[in-house]
Amino acid sequence: MTDILQSDMNQALMMDGNAVAGTLSEVFAMEMTTSLAECVSCGKRSEMGGLLAFIQTPGFVLRCPACKDIVLRVVVTPDAYYLDARGALYLRLVRQ
Amino acid sequence: MRTTLEWQIATIQSIQVETSTVKTFTLAVPSWMPHRAGQHYDIRLTAPDGYQAQRSYSIASEPERQGVIDLTVEWLEDGEVSSYLHEGLTTGDQLEVRGPIGGYFVWEASMNGPLLLIAGGSGIVPLMSMIRHRAKTGSQVPTRLLYSVRTPEDVIYDEELRQRPAFRDGLEIFYTFTRSQPAGWTGYARRIDRQMLSEVVEPFGKEPLVYVCGPTLLVESVANQLVQIDIPPARIRNERFGPTGGTQ
Repeated sequence: MTDILQSDMNQALMMDGNAVAGTLSEVFAMEMTTSLAECVSCGKRSEMGGLLAFIQTPGFVLRCPACKDIVLRVVVTPDAYYLDARGALYLRLVRQ
Repeated sequence: MRTTLEWQIATIQSIQVETSTVKTFTLAVPSWMPHRAGQHYDIRLTAPDGYQAQRSYSIASEPERQGVIDLTVEWLEDGEVSSYLHEGLTTGDQLEVRGPIGGYFVWEASMNGPLLLIAGGSGIVPLMSMIRHRAKTGSQVPTRLLYSVRTPEDVIYDEELRQRPAFRDGLEIFYTFTRSQPAGWTGYARRIDRQMLSEVVEPFGKEPLVYVCGPTLLVESVANQLVQIDIPPARIRNERFGPTGGTQ
């Protein structure tokens, strides 16, 4: 369980995966808010629209709504997308 | 369906003042495609020095209204994009937009219900798209809107919401005014709580579809209360707008 006093964890400011859906669709080349992510820390499976989003960081962080641990981190620079998915055991993207 | 999400230039067709801090921008979108109620568009502003700011705004209009989208935007005091939209724009101006975006917080008439829509402040915007879409499809799905605002002057789409229950198509609207109430008001006058939710959801049993949208703290509070009254989490969809009514 994460210490909830993380620097990006100001609850009033937090949003959810819906708020970063546009950027996620750039990274994954598809609409991602209904894709599933299983949290490596607690095993909860969430649709990405339901992950908690913190956008005060460079890029954004998506956290598990159950245990608050980080599931995904994305940083966008002019040249590249950086994706850290260590917090997800897997992502499940439905083929269209 | 794989949709191409490219930025495009939309043109402001009209601007409607909803409240003292909220405006609706009707945008003609060249590559318009039917959205799903609850989706949003991203708006991107580029300064002369190349600095870009981007925000998401929920679509207020129904997908049945073709070629244009209504984006309802709340002005935020320190809002980079909302300030520009509110203070700098007029009919004929252009904006860079991308959308429609979102697959999680959407409702289509085919999803049925019963439908419980819970809005705080500008959280009403995507729910209004759902309400308008529902009406256009002739759906009679039992629907209740619980709309929390501070004062009567803060009600967005006030006139339209007053008229809709008279259509007798199964939509009921409940307001709660948390700071000041209309004269003679006998309805709810407090923040949404477990008791209020129990009363509003009562005819819908245990399995309504629930959509909650508004400031993050309201959404968090309502989400917890819904679980406490045994609404299955799988039937609840949330969209958090951040620190006040707007998306940041």
